[in-house]
Amino acid sequence: MTLVCVDNVHKAFGDLEVLKGINLSVAQGEVVAIIGRSGSGKSTLLRCLNQLEKHDSGQITIADKKLDAASMSPKELSENVGMVFQSFNLFPHKTVGENVCLAPIVVRGEGKADVEKIAHEVLEKVGLSDKYDAYPAQLSGGQQQRVAIARALAMRPKVMLCDEVTSALDPELVGEVLRVLETLAAEGMTLILVTHEMSFARDVADRVVFMHEGRIHEEGAPGELFAAPQTAELKQFISAVL
Amino acid sequence: MGPTLDFLTLLPYVSELLKGLTTTVILTVVTTLTGLALAVVVAYMRANAQPWVRWGLGGYVELTRNTPFIVQLFFIFFGLPGLGIKIDAITAAFIAMTLNLAAYSAEILRAGISATAKGQLEAGRALGMTTLQSYRHVVLVPAFARVYPALISQSIIVMLGSAVVSQISVFDLTYAANFIQSRNFRSFEVYLLITLIYLLLAFGMRRSFMLVGKRVFAYQQGEQR
Ligand SMILES: Nc1ncnc2c1ncn2[C@@H]1O[C@H](COP(=O)(O)OP(=O)(O)O)[C@@H](O)[C@H]1O
Ligand SMILES: [Mg+2]
Repeated sequence: MTLVCVDNVHKAFGDLEVLKGINLSVAQGEVVAIIGRSGSGKSTLLRCLNQLEKHDSGQITIADKKLDAASMSPKELSENVGMVFQSFNLFPHKTVGENVCLAPIVVRGEGKADVEKIAHEVLEKVGLSDKYDAYPAQLSGGQQQRVAIARALAMRPKVMLCDEVTSALDPELVGEVLRVLETLAAEGMTLILVTHEMSFARDVADRVVFMHEGRIHEEGAPGELFAAPQTAELKQFISAVL
Repeated sequence: MGPTLDFLTLLPYVSELLKGLTTTVILTVVTTLTGLALAVVVAYMRANAQPWVRWGLGGYVELTRNTPFIVQLFFIFFGLPGLGIKIDAITAAFIAMTLNLAAYSAEILRAGISATAKGQLEAGRALGMTTLQSYRHVVLVPAFARVYPALISQSIIVMLGSAVVSQISVFDLTYAANFIQSRNFRSFEVYLLITLIYLLLAFGMRRSFMLVGKRVFAYQQGEQR
């Protein structure tokens, strides 16, 4: 079943055309890794998927519902799409527990006791249930990013977007975050992740999408794509990053 | 050699001094709260409201920051009755002080808000929060924390500036001093005394602000990494 459908999406910033007609469909439970050079439009595509950027033309649907301000409220959007950022973006003045509970309480209007129960569950899932009352500044980068994942999970989105979620981390902290994503993937969560971790893309993704100059240049199962890239650009990219 | 200092001459006027002090303290406490609250609203609207609202608020802020406080006070107390709006002196003082503090503090807060990482607002939006919800739950406390020292100073400036409300016959601390020295002709003693009292009030205010800040911004303690 198709969960996310991107149909001929264009996006420009002024004169700079960043997305030049993206077509992508992601099935329920699928893990899609987006790779590509810096500036190729990966983040912009992800940001269009939760409307942090409004696409200029084309259509994006999630569970067959159009995703634009007219058809989907911010609340509804947040119940469909969760996002984890490169720079964590935890709320520094709130404890780990409060970070996780805030949106379910404020946006979904759920009861505090119910939400706290969910918060403990999602923090358990990312291995941080003992940090419930800590402030973000008291955590390592890897722990902060795992809290950010838990925070997004607490809204129970249908699909999670991850934009280079390990790029800001010290190398020794990357593994703990990737393991959490791997667990989510194994549990059937639909994931769309921009990543520079090629081995992770190869091992965990069902499909790898290579973006180049605002277009999807090549895509396929990770095994085939990495073993036998078809285009010169992907060959060059792979030899540069591996 | 002039006459010697004699603070005992102030003794008969303790009740006037207390009355004046009480007025100054109440004026200060209330207008600090209302002024800062209004500043939050103004700062939010200047960033997010309709263009004509922003424009109007910008006018209010600039007008307030570029005219003398005493003129603002006179305008409200003596000028507005010309438009048929009559208010008593103490109310005029409350309004003038609130509007004054709010204008300066809104500008200070604006700096604190715009320094808030764009990522914080985006995280709020990605979680489904409206701009208002993001301001309230995400932006406001760190913005306050960032500019807190400037807000403390501004609030103290307004407290000290409240001395001019004696000019519209609000019985504040300065009014009490004027009143007393006109009776006992001991201006040196009485003004020395209220100078010390203002000084203590300023210290006390700073201290109270610090205590509140320590609790509200507790998350900043023990920051590591
Ligand atoms: N808000 C923006 N305003 C103007 N240009 C932008 C904006 N966001 C991204 N860009 C530009 O769009 C291009 C693609 O950026 P991005 O999607 O972040 O690429 P990637 O994530 O693949 O590195 C870059 O040239 C970038 O400078
Ligand atoms: Mg990017």
